[in-house]
Amino acid sequence: MKIMKNFNGKVLFLDRSDINTDEIIPARYLTEITKEALKPYLLEDLTLTGFDNKEDIKDKVVVVTRENFGCGSSREHAPWALEVNGINVVIAESFARIFRQNMFNCGMMAIELPKAQIDNLFNNYSGSKTNIEVDIDKAKIYVSSGEKSEVLDFELGGFDKVLVQEGGWVNYADNRY
Amino acid sequence: MGKTLVEKIFDAHRVEQPYPDTHVLKLDRVFCHEITTPIAITDLMARGKDRVFDSTKIKAVIDHVTPAKDSKTAEQGKIIRDWARRHKIKDFFDIGRNGVCHVIFPEKGFVRPGYTIIMGDSHTCTHGAFGAFAAGVGTTDLEVGILKGVCAFKSPKSIKFNLKGSLRPGVYAKDLILFIIKELTVNGATNMAIEFTGPVVDEMSMESRMTLCNMAIEAGGTVGVCYPDMTTVDYLWNHIKDEFSSKEEALKDYSKWVSDEDAIYEKVYDYDISKLEPMATFGNKPDQVKSVKELTGTKLDQIYIGSCTNGRIEDLRVAASILKGKRISDEVRAIVSPASPAIYTMALKEGLIEIFQSAGFCVTNPTCGACLGMSNGVLASGEVCASTTNRNFTGRMGKGGMVHLMSPATAAASAIAGTIVNSQLYKG
Repeated sequence: MKIMKNFNGKVLFLDRSDINTDEIIPARYLTEITKEALKPYLLEDLTLTGFDNKEDIKDKVVVVTRENFGCGSSREHAPWALEVNGINVVIAESFARIFRQNMFNCGMMAIELPKAQIDNLFNNYSGSKTNIEVDIDKAKIYVSSGEKSEVLDFELGGFDKVLVQEGGWVNYADNRY
Repeated sequence: MGKTLVEKIFDAHRVEQPYPDTHVLKLDRVFCHEITTPIAITDLMARGKDRVFDSTKIKAVIDHVTPAKDSKTAEQGKIIRDWARRHKIKDFFDIGRNGVCHVIFPEKGFVRPGYTIIMGDSHTCTHGAFGAFAAGVGTTDLEVGILKGVCAFKSPKSIKFNLKGSLRPGVYAKDLILFIIKELTVNGATNMAIEFTGPVVDEMSMESRMTLCNMAIEAGGTVGVCYPDMTTVDYLWNHIKDEFSSKEEALKDYSKWVSDEDAIYEKVYDYDISKLEPMATFGNKPDQVKSVKELTGTKLDQIYIGSCTNGRIEDLRVAASILKGKRISDEVRAIVSPASPAIYTMALKEGLIEIFQSAGFCVTNPTCGACLGMSNGVLASGEVCASTTNRNFTGRMGKGGMVHLMSPATAAASAIAGTIVNSQLYKG
């Protein structure tokens, strides 16, 4: 079964660096043993002025954020909590290693862009309804909001790409090792 | 061109390199606990692949919430317990025999120089203290590790700390690592191994080296590593004495797990740490570090001594030496969690438990407990805890709670004062 996830949709802007996995999904919910059960708790402890974890997450597919997203605990509950809320892409200046690997291991995308491009996304699109489409084959990100639109290039390593295409590391490793 | 310790371990374990920056490594150990493993187990079952690559290389423990606090944690325990039995995983540590994973697994001799180790726990970097490559991973990497005994990593890069001088009285490995994290920042070592070397590390016990390596992840590091030496051999000797004719033979063998003189580093830091003061965190990131002097007087509600960072016998001895004959402030409550049954027993025999109890501490069973606010010491909103643990993230020990990370000595002294103070205040 090789079904790629949906990488096209509305954008949630999180204007902060070092958002850790305790903020993405607090440890008190790690007693859950299904991914679906994490759904109401995504970003419940996020420290970000004006952020409402019930309203702001609705219908979003892409997160755009700053540096070192997903630092701290190794909990894959963090990508899962995003996934069960329909968020399959995080675009950031940089990621913590374990979180980044967990995203690709789940067939999700953790895309790094240079600081200037992230700044540009926040400056030009944050605050207005924005859509992003990610084309994995062409390695392009299509950003649009009302009249505004642009196309950004991104880099995807060979291993990351194959994990996304094969629906994650378990499928890949099971076929190969 | 020389190689770093981690590059040598990669070379010795590489199964393949499917892409230039991707190394699939054979694993010597897959460690498991009851929070991140159950979903790997249920997923393997759902895929019809409920198998393990080698039951002797998998070690499992229930440590985060133990005894189970409710039906959900009881269910997590049951899933990993049934799985361990089903697959004849001999080294499974259930309640009564369990301890904090990164304390009990080294204690049982499961970690050796040159090993590759993964666990679904970010503080797996602790085991690098033995000269191993030990990395925290998510549940999917863990699942593949359990099934296939392999894990993929990017090309290893290393930074090196050459630590000279000597630690002043009242200054410990915890103060040193907090200082290093402050210097590196929370993502200063992302995708890198951090080598801790130099006379300061040479002098350190394995316990202190584990405290150093434990917090490598707080700077984003994949692993913290120390070179194996006679201290490593002495620590492991009971578990390896059948493999080597003498300690010198063991040391000779393990000595291949050091970096070459001409190895390539991203950066080398030369520090004389002789003037280092006791340190503690102040904000909600582990790199927000100040001297204890600057934080003196900060009011506390709870003191917590324990965890994979500082719940070892050396930590309990230091704390007890400060608490002996004293009482904690009436304004605070205090909890100590010896991190393994062996440590608990030693503390009991040495009279440390009595000192803690006489001082007014609650002594719990070995568990991760309060560190991540899952049980045994959760803070109420607005409360402040002086803690020997590793993370001060928002809500880490309970929603709305605040954590100051520090050494066991500083925590013990702060329990007596009811506010953050330098431990030297209560010495002698």
